[in-house]
Amino acid sequence: MAVVIVICSLLLAALVVMLISAPLRAASRPGSAAPAGEDGARAPDTASAERRAELEAAREAKYREIRDAELDYRTGKLTSTDYGVLDAQLRSEALTILDEIEALGGAVPEG
Amino acid sequence: MAGLGYACLLLALAVCAYGIGASLYGVRRNRPEYCASGRRSIYALAVILTVAMGVLEVAFLSNDFAFNTVAATSSRTTPTFYRAAAVWSSQEGSLLLWAWLLSLWSSLALFLTRKRMRDVAAYATAILLGFGGFFVSLMIFYANPFATSSPAPAEGVGLDPLLRFPTMMIHPPMLYSGYTLCTIPFAFGMGALIARRLEADWLKVIRRFAFAAWLFLGMGILLGARWSYSELGWGGYWGWDAVENASLMPWLTGTAFLHSLMIQEKRGMLKVWNVSLVLATGTLAIMGTFLVRSGVLNSIHAFGGATLGVPFVCLIAVLIGGSIYTVVSRRELLRSENRLDSLLSRESIFLANNLVLVGLCFVIFWGTYFPLISAALTGQEASVGPPWFDRYTVPLALILVLLSGIGPVISWRRASLANARRNFMAPLACAAATLIVLLAAGVAHKTFAITMFCCAAFVFGSVGQEFVRGTRARRAMAGEAPARALLALVRRNRRRYGGYIVHLGIAVLFVGVAASSSFQHASELQLGPGQSTKVGAYRIRYVEPTASVTPKNDRAHTGSTLSLGAVLDVTKNGRHVATLRPSEGFYASGNPAEGSVSSLIGGQAVSHIGMDGGITRDVWSAIAPNIEAPGLKRIVTAGNATLPPEEAGIALVYLARAYLRRPPPTQFHFLVSPLVMWIWLGGLIVFGGGLIAAWPAPSAVRSRVAARSRARALRGLARA
Repeated sequence: MAVVIVICSLLLAALVVMLISAPLRAASRPGSAAPAGEDGARAPDTASAERRAELEAAREAKYREIRDAELDYRTGKLTSTDYGVLDAQLRSEALTILDEIEALGGAVPEG
Repeated sequence: MAGLGYACLLLALAVCAYGIGASLYGVRRNRPEYCASGRRSIYALAVILTVAMGVLEVAFLSNDFAFNTVAATSSRTTPTFYRAAAVWSSQEGSLLLWAWLLSLWSSLALFLTRKRMRDVAAYATAILLGFGGFFVSLMIFYANPFATSSPAPAEGVGLDPLLRFPTMMIHPPMLYSGYTLCTIPFAFGMGALIARRLEADWLKVIRRFAFAAWLFLGMGILLGARWSYSELGWGGYWGWDAVENASLMPWLTGTAFLHSLMIQEKRGMLKVWNVSLVLATGTLAIMGTFLVRSGVLNSIHAFGGATLGVPFVCLIAVLIGGSIYTVVSRRELLRSENRLDSLLSRESIFLANNLVLVGLCFVIFWGTYFPLISAALTGQEASVGPPWFDRYTVPLALILVLLSGIGPVISWRRASLANARRNFMAPLACAAATLIVLLAAGVAHKTFAITMFCCAAFVFGSVGQEFVRGTRARRAMAGEAPARALLALVRRNRRRYGGYIVHLGIAVLFVGVAASSSFQHASELQLGPGQSTKVGAYRIRYVEPTASVTPKNDRAHTGSTLSLGAVLDVTKNGRHVATLRPSEGFYASGNPAEGSVSSLIGGQAVSHIGMDGGITRDVWSAIAPNIEAPGLKRIVTAGNATLPPEEAGIALVYLARAYLRRPPPTQFHFLVSPLVMWIWLGGLIVFGGGLIAAWPAPSAVRSRVAARSRARALRGLARA
């Protein structure tokens, strides 16, 4: 029984080592694309992708605000004047975000 | 097999240590392969702890009493379901459950974020592995679930009778899932602060886990309240017990966060507040775990032993110190992007709601921890009981319910006074109508109940109005039938209308609390068979005694050796209302020195209530049969003197017959509680609404909506 337990423990340990070392082994293979960058700096394409993700999150939040404002107006919580001003402001803010996303380059995926 | 389990703990600790190092090295040196390896350490931790849980479960299910935890909390006569769940009834097993659930939820969180916020996720990985390593260390050095004894005892002690209740066995996994899920927003929040990445993206990630924590913690709290009401024999569902409070506090701050998060998403405001709430919620979850295991409490929830207090205090000190330091050092990044446009806006209502929720948390925190701190400093016990808590929490609860009705009728950013006046008409009319009805019913002296009912009516009115107006607007736009329009309205605006349903559920829940606490009839009765008495409008008659000796009659798998009870007939105005069958189960003490018969019934006595529940009221009864009555005591004494242990069961049969033949006058606790069912229904509505609010739209729908929104944004600007 003790032998079985030791073997099971070693097998589990081996599985764990294989699992957590897989990225290290993949990175050390010749020809694998290791990310370049100075100490503490993110690779430019990674920084760009993360900035795009932030902008997309901000875009979704802005779209939600536009829809909420419309629903507030249609359910009588905003007058037409207030809604008009707010709607224009929100759309302007949305376009600023969209312009920034487009400036990062490439098509803007929706959703 | 215990060796395999212990080996898993050692391997888990090594993986945690490696993962922390790899994640931090990877993020500091921009080596994503090390970050990925660190993330996989969490997955590996989940695998290892699943094996460990499996080993312990097999030990319980196979009655391997060589395991100390199995011998202490299970037995051959414990039903299989309770044996499987008994794993987490001990300190050691519950620590393993905690660590296992943490590893599973952390794995899910890191898998879902594997392609985003790499630097934030790396720090979060290190923090989550730190928590995992802490709990694994506790098991290795203080409370080993795989500790064994040799020779193994032939039989175990059995499961605590108070835990032989199905809801009670689901309650810990729900509660621990809530606690462990609270650590995920904590870890990502801390990671975002350390990495100085505090833009919108990290909120989106933690929002779903903050919601999941809120959901599981809330369900765990509700299940615990239900167990208290149905099992403990005192007729209450909330006693302001320290451990109850400890689970409620992170739920309150989590609720506050889910509201103020919306303000940050929309307006870029309340960043310091939100990050503080996230960190506080995670810390409070750890503090709640600490309370149960520290040995400072004498509570039905507490695990015995005072060995874990010091490590937990150290961890909590690190969490609090680290949180304060990172928030203060990153305050420049947490500046608000906008200011509050108007006091008459949904943002300001949310802010008020946050202040009330945090205020509630503070009151409960003070009432829970002050006695402990006072005892530690002065050596004198101080007590803070339900009256103290009620004095401060009741007014705050009233304000909370009121705000949950005001929020839906106020617009975001800025509402006009004229519009607000118009929108408040219907809810105020509902509240006024309720007040008139209550005053006419002659309950003017029940101030709390009346106020709460009126606030709840206000909520029903405002939420109802929102659904009606929204459906009408949808019909005007899309020409749909009312039912279809309502469905489409909710589907397209899940967050808003799911949130409204949550508010409705809160109002329903508090109506139940107010009614059951203000209008409850409670009475202590002493009755003999055939006798009856009046309690309020109800007449209770003791019909006949009941008695059973296990194992043949243990249909409820209570494990009691002897059960004595009664049949009560409850009538109102001559009309039959309910038949109640309360009983008390007597359990073996396991101490042969008490005597062969006494040891069979000298253990914990557990009340099994008789209850008839309905939508308008619960009729509830508990019994305290007098097993020391002269006639019964004679049988026990004679049995102790003459019967060997293996034949002592015969005396129980004589006891049961004697009780049936000539039952002594018996003490009953009798309650009529109005609207208790509303508490459980309100809870279900809250969680149903929460699920609707958090349910993601299908990706195709998201794409269509986003594309349409973009087109409309462009068109709108062209017109302007």
